[in-house]
Amino acid sequence: MRGQSRKESLSDSRDLDGSYDQLTGHPPGPTKKALKQRFLKLLPCCGPQALPSVSENSVEDEFELSTVCHRPEGLEQLQEQTKFTRKELQVLYRGFKNECPSGIVNEENFKQIYSQFFPQGDSSTYATFLFNAFDTNHDGSVSFEDFVAGLSVILRGTTDDRLNWAFNLYDLNKDGCITKEEMLDIMKSIYDMMGKYTYPALREEAPREHVESFFQKMDRNKDGVVTIEEFIESCQKDENIMRSMQLFDNVI
Amino acid sequence: MAAGVAAWLPFARAAAIGWMPVANCPMPLAPADKNKRQDELIVLNVSGRRFQTWRTTLERYPDTLLGSTEKEFFFNEDTKEYFFDRDPEVFRCVLNFYRTGKLHYPRYECISAYDDELAFYGILPEIIGDCCYEEYKDRKRENAERLMDDNDSENNQESMPSLSFRQTMWRAFENPHTSTLALVFYYVTGFFIAVSVITNVVETVPCGTVPGSKELPCGERYSVAFFCLDTACVMIFTVEYLLRLFAAPSRYRFIRSVMSIIDVVAIMPYYIGLVMTNNEDVSGAFVTLRVFRVFRIFKFSRHSQGLRILGYTLKSCASELGFLLFSLTMAIIIFATVMFYAEKGSSASKFTSIPASFWYTIVTMTTLGYGDMVPKTIAGKIFGSICSLSGVLVIALPVPVIVSNFSRIYHQNQRADKRRAQKKARLARIRVAKTGSSNAYLHSKRNGLLNEALELLGTPEEENMGKTTSLIESQHHHLLHCLEKTTGLSYLVDDPLLSVRTSTIKNHEFIDEQMFEQNCMESSMQNYPSTRSPSLSSHPGLTTTCCSRRSKKTTHLPNSNLPATRLRSMQELSTIHIQGSEQPSLTTSRSSLNLKADDGLRPNCKTSQITTAIISIPTPPALTPEGESRPPPASPGPNTNIPSIASNVVKVSAL
Repeated sequence: MRGQSRKESLSDSRDLDGSYDQLTGHPPGPTKKALKQRFLKLLPCCGPQALPSVSENSVEDEFELSTVCHRPEGLEQLQEQTKFTRKELQVLYRGFKNECPSGIVNEENFKQIYSQFFPQGDSSTYATFLFNAFDTNHDGSVSFEDFVAGLSVILRGTTDDRLNWAFNLYDLNKDGCITKEEMLDIMKSIYDMMGKYTYPALREEAPREHVESFFQKMDRNKDGVVTIEEFIESCQKDENIMRSMQLFDNVI
Repeated sequence: MAAGVAAWLPFARAAAIGWMPVANCPMPLAPADKNKRQDELIVLNVSGRRFQTWRTTLERYPDTLLGSTEKEFFFNEDTKEYFFDRDPEVFRCVLNFYRTGKLHYPRYECISAYDDELAFYGILPEIIGDCCYEEYKDRKRENAERLMDDNDSENNQESMPSLSFRQTMWRAFENPHTSTLALVFYYVTGFFIAVSVITNVVETVPCGTVPGSKELPCGERYSVAFFCLDTACVMIFTVEYLLRLFAAPSRYRFIRSVMSIIDVVAIMPYYIGLVMTNNEDVSGAFVTLRVFRVFRIFKFSRHSQGLRILGYTLKSCASELGFLLFSLTMAIIIFATVMFYAEKGSSASKFTSIPASFWYTIVTMTTLGYGDMVPKTIAGKIFGSICSLSGVLVIALPVPVIVSNFSRIYHQNQRADKRRAQKKARLARIRVAKTGSSNAYLHSKRNGLLNEALELLGTPEEENMGKTTSLIESQHHHLLHCLEKTTGLSYLVDDPLLSVRTSTIKNHEFIDEQMFEQNCMESSMQNYPSTRSPSLSSHPGLTTTCCSRRSKKTTHLPNSNLPATRLRSMQELSTIHIQGSEQPSLTTSRSSLNLKADDGLRPNCKTSQITTAIISIPTPPALTPEGESRPPPASPGPNTNIPSIASNVVKVSAL
């Protein structure tokens, strides 16, 4: 008996999906999990509609993580949805897919990619804010559609669109207004990206002072928060900001 | 910034939108993308295999060949692609580096080939990814060892320009194979070491009885003889030690080395014994000292490589040995304690104390089992059996590590030996290749002359003597020729295979004296018929003698200035060719040679004139007459470039 059970365990370890029971010759009683596994394996990589279900399974079933892949909608659809040309979309997708072969970016990946552009400082906090801004449906991952949608607004949108997007970035809890704490977090994350070795050296109060001057400029009614209208209005009155928005016209 | 994320740069720039509204000062201008051309595919044709990639992929690393404008040198206008005449397999790795930012090292690739390719493409090997870096470094180290070995032996083989006496002595001591004297010394010392060891052993053998006294060991019976032997050995060892000390390049280091300590320990007892003779108080210590004489046997390690390897292995396995010792000690103490307390109860037990039990434990763990101490109680027997079982395990564990270390070092040594053995063959191959190429040059020189002669003659009757040379070869040969002309020297090759064949070419050349001189200097005097002048088959000094002749401007007989042997061969060759050209048989005397040459000249004036027309202009010896003109056509002996004979001053006109 003992030997037999040992043999069984050996053969089971060989037989990975356990579809064949050495002892009885019948497939073992199918467990719910095994069934789901086999079913999902049979499915081709799913489109965006099935994305939520796949990612749910992938979260609970580690076995499935390696087979998750996400394919974006077709090129034509993306062309309609965004303001990029076909070639631009191709270039963007190639770069995207190179770094994220699975088709979606999660927060860790995102932070790691972004940190490669700022070797000296710590860009992880700002990257988190960016990630939250790109991840419009808040599902913890940025797909190519999200990515391209965000880029389309920033690079091809009107100034108002851009300002809207920036406001969305600053509004961490997405409640429609920016508080001083939120702004302080943003400011600190931007200063963090510079790193420790700067000239002049970073002072402790610099972010706070910067936030104060920002609120002075933006907060019309001095109620301690900046709403979207205040924000857009103030930015439109500022020459520098308007001019800097033009920078994004030629990025791609 | 890793190149792989270069594609995400637009994203990073777009993300800067978060900074704009909070910025207090205006932003700098963005760099304009002047020629905003679309990303284009470029084709890289590597030995026929076409690789295609985006231009921007390659431009990620602008300090490499493919990323810079250097690749424009390889652009083929006709096919509109970049052509590289290199290995496509390695190129695959190189291109993947551009694509993924990681450089991999394929295991099946030869390390030096890979290094060459990387150097060509301007990629530093240090950026090989972690996954492949270990393998790369290992292979590189092995290769470096091999090269170092080669260099070392090469250096050894070159004749040391001028070694001082001391240095030669040291070399003789370290490498007995360098000279016979060293070898003799090596064997003599070895012999005396053996003699000394044997005498030490035989000294103690009981040697038969002298009537009237008990049995004596040989040492005491023939004490004088043994003393003499001992003295002789010690003298030899002392002399050897002093010589080594004298010859050592760094005396301090030599004194500290293991071998010299062994030497000292081996001969010290004798001297100490001399000093304190028959002093009863210290004779006990004296006897102890004699034990050290046995260390002479370690002197053999200079003579045996295997012993040295063993010693080196033990040294390198010090940690494993230490562990073995430590674990054994632990086990011994544990079991001895247990056995002692287990056997305490039994009467007349030999296990009187724990240290006394050590002996039992050791004997049992190493499965010796002398049987002088055995447990009598049941508990004792149980623990005794556990002790012996565990002993086997504890000893068996570290042994494979030591063995594998030994095997690794031994194989390394064997590899080095094999390399040394193959080196001879390898060097011979290299030498043959080198001489082959210079032979080819000389062949072609000769053939070129002959061909020219033939062309000028317009006589197709003679066959083309040499094999056709490729364009590259002919250009190479021209280059060598120009060098010869520049320096006024000429190449010498010692190859007895290039023997003279009698040819059927009827024309022979003659040149005026100056030309002869010149040709003497530049011609290669290598191929003497082995039958006729074996002594000249390889004589590197000839070129020098050839050149030294430059100073002699006027020579009635250029031959006369040559060393006799060369002269003789020249005469012989001249004889040959003269015979070949169907001259009347000549004597080998110099004067008659000239006469005969003169005689021989007339009938062949026609032909020779044409050939010598090229060079008849009496230019100074150092200059080449013109363009591609070769030295005067070789003598009809087809394998020689020796201008055959010089008559007295003979001016050859153009026709």
